[in-house]
Amino acid sequence: MPKVKHVSAKNGDVIVLVGTMKGAFVLRSNKARKKWDVGGPYSIGAPVYAMAFDQRQGRRRMWWAQQSFQWGTVLCSSDDYGKTVTEPEAYSVKFPEESKLTLKNIWQITPGRKEDPDTLYCGVEPAALFESHDAGKTWAPVEGLLNHPHREKWQPGGGGLCLHTIVPDATNPKRMMIAISTAGAYRTDDGGATWQARNNGVRAEFLPDKHPEFGQCVHKVVQHRDRPERLFLQNHWGLYRSDDGGNSWKDIANGVPSDFGFCMTTHPHDPETVYIVPIESDQYRCTPEGRLRVYRTTNAGESWEPLTRGLPQKNAMETVLRDALATDTCDPAGVYFGTRSGKVYGSSDNGKSWKAIIEGLPAVVCVKAAWVGDDGKNLPRRHRDTEKSKSVKRSKPAKRKGAGRARAAR
Amino acid sequence: MPITVRIPTYLASFAGGRNMLAIDGSPATVAETLTMLWKEYPGLQDRIVDEQGAVRQHINIFVGDEAIRFVDGLSTKVPANAEVLIVPAVSGG
Repeated sequence: MPKVKHVSAKNGDVIVLVGTMKGAFVLRSNKARKKWDVGGPYSIGAPVYAMAFDQRQGRRRMWWAQQSFQWGTVLCSSDDYGKTVTEPEAYSVKFPEESKLTLKNIWQITPGRKEDPDTLYCGVEPAALFESHDAGKTWAPVEGLLNHPHREKWQPGGGGLCLHTIVPDATNPKRMMIAISTAGAYRTDDGGATWQARNNGVRAEFLPDKHPEFGQCVHKVVQHRDRPERLFLQNHWGLYRSDDGGNSWKDIANGVPSDFGFCMTTHPHDPETVYIVPIESDQYRCTPEGRLRVYRTTNAGESWEPLTRGLPQKNAMETVLRDALATDTCDPAGVYFGTRSGKVYGSSDNGKSWKAIIEGLPAVVCVKAAWVGDDGKNLPRRHRDTEKSKSVKRSKPAKRKGAGRARAAR
Repeated sequence: MPITVRIPTYLASFAGGRNMLAIDGSPATVAETLTMLWKEYPGLQDRIVDEQGAVRQHINIFVGDEAIRFVDGLSTKVPANAEVLIVPAVSGG
């Protein structure tokens, strides 16, 4: 077994949580984000698809899902960056017997709104949403989704029938968006009692009906807390924005090399800025042209620019999965992503330049970042990226007609 | 006569650090053996069976040399003085 190292972090430091197919790691730096300490691995040998850092009410609590081929999936936590790990005797996230379902994996752990400091959510496989209102001690499935009439028609994607995205609305405590592969996006406006499919405009390239009510393979949905009615969506083929809380979606694949991809994240301080990593196709699932490029929009998807400085532009056949791209809340923001080849890259200047933080990890499936001690009150909010003031040449929209035929030929 | 249950190292941390556990009483089947095991060591239950009470896919349970999967599953009889082995299957990548 590998020797486990630990990191310590103090207020003002930045931590990056990295979930891999062989355990969890914790990266720590100061705000300069130039040098990194590496802690871990934790849950050695176990796939860790979901991690989260909860620092509401002064906590410094790291959560992660430890999946085992043998022993099932258990939610673990630590209040000291992994030195002391709490693995509960009885699994806290599990289906009720009457559901006839068994937990396969936990794909997402999301702290609730800061106004609900003891609320946490888990998205799991088979697709369901669990919630805790006692800071993670006890969990229960959200019945409105568990008993959804569409459930019997949901189909698993390549990773399984997983609920992988949870977006509690920043301002409306009754509203939440979730995404399931392959069921699409669903929203509740009544605190989880009922859920409506919200896929109007999102295409399902792989179905005879390209625009069904549900059945899309949505890979990620993100929201900026300063503009909650606006959402961005990375689809299995398709890049979209909604300006009405998900009621309708508009194609924003304007100038990206591929509108296929998995991951997506917002800038912490600018609701117009979003990051993605385009992937060539669902057949190849690697970065186009052997170039590792993060794409950024600073105008809500009207145009996208490649961010390449410090990233390999030759022979880089990389894959960045749906939960492996994240930002911290510093200013300028740190942006981080991990690859299936075990590399973690970071930028400390809003994505302008990049550096490999660590290479040689097991396949990375999850990346989360946090500025330790950021209570969301006293730290700078204004986006000061000077690049934003530069004019960005608008690219021509990606050709839509015939795109399906071209892909089918691959 | 007591039944002996052997568990792998990972599970020992949920059984007071021990790999060999004695079950007092006379359980007739594997299911009864496990029920008695859970009472004594509750941390073992969710790791060995799922929410529906089924033995997890990649865990094998033997009564003596017989894998219960090929006998009667959880209804497999447990003779007096038997040894029940719980072992993880060779799986993963």
